[in-house]
Amino acid sequence: MSNATVVVVTSGKGGVGKTTTTAAIASALAKEGYQVCAIDFDVGLRNLDLIMGAERRVVFDLVNVVRGEASIKQALVRDKKLNNLYLLPASQTRDKDALTEEGVASVISELRMYFDWVICDSPAGIERGATLAMRYADEAIIVSNPEVSSVRDCDRIIGLLDAKTKVAEDGGRMPKHLMITRYDTERAKTGDMLATDDVVDILSVPLIGVVPESKDVLKASNVGLPITLSDETSPAAKAYMEATRRLLGENIPVTIPEEKKSFFGKIFKGRAA
Amino acid sequence: MNILSLFGKRGESASVAKNRLQILLAHERADDGSDALLISSLREDILAVVAKRFDIDPDSVRLEMDRTGDVTTLGIDIELPAAKAS
Repeated sequence: MSNATVVVVTSGKGGVGKTTTTAAIASALAKEGYQVCAIDFDVGLRNLDLIMGAERRVVFDLVNVVRGEASIKQALVRDKKLNNLYLLPASQTRDKDALTEEGVASVISELRMYFDWVICDSPAGIERGATLAMRYADEAIIVSNPEVSSVRDCDRIIGLLDAKTKVAEDGGRMPKHLMITRYDTERAKTGDMLATDDVVDILSVPLIGVVPESKDVLKASNVGLPITLSDETSPAAKAYMEATRRLLGENIPVTIPEEKKSFFGKIFKGRAA
Repeated sequence: MNILSLFGKRGESASVAKNRLQILLAHERADDGSDALLISSLREDILAVVAKRFDIDPDSVRLEMDRTGDVTTLGIDIELPAAKAS
């Protein structure tokens, strides 16, 4: 019997890369051989199914399970490539009020028995969907762009993680990891963009990874593959794979994989890393 | 990334994206949520039929749906116990 670690991927602000991060980390963990379930908590606006390429195979969803209309096993969609990776989709036809705290609690506690890792993709905002996504988490990955509004919203989310979660209510402190996405090394160098150290200083959350801005992320979402499965040589995929190793407890320095720029860079990509 | 992309061949991923969205949205616009209910009832009917012949665990019945273009297929995967008629 497993006893999964439940991780919430959250940010407050929309569009910073929560779903991309959820799909990338869940797939990277599955590639390491763990039993992994990714849950989409964005009821009414689901997208994790699309990013993971499972949209045509969704039958039941989280709301069906919470309301007892389907069992968890019936609702889980198995990944096409990795048979130890599952998705529990959000409902597209209901709204976020369809989720109840008790319902989510029982879903999470059942999933804990079947999986090693449960990755919860939070909706944007600080309302019910977001607070339920973090409610039963053991750890949090906070996704931020190096940009003022995103960092501010993360600070707000950190406050909620320390107040509204089960861990916090039981007197504990939720372990948090900061994932900076859409990072542009050049612009940070010239001082046109917040550097990773700036964001870490402001939020006081240890860094788990820095994902460079990369065209490969859009390409991966076009074809419905998590970036860590679509192109392992992509700097974004490398950053997510490194972050996953840190999540697993490895103590490795954070690097910022770079986009290969030149024709020669492509040819000699083995050395460029 | 393949070798052709070095020579400026237009990526194929955008057309894959368009195609996926068209299929998905056509389905979602038509879906009023009755799909899940229909499939749920279908599952129970099938379960009842199979249960006449086999002792099966309701959780060992998996339904898999695949929507491709105009065609939707429903796959039913039933884990049978050691064969014995009941």
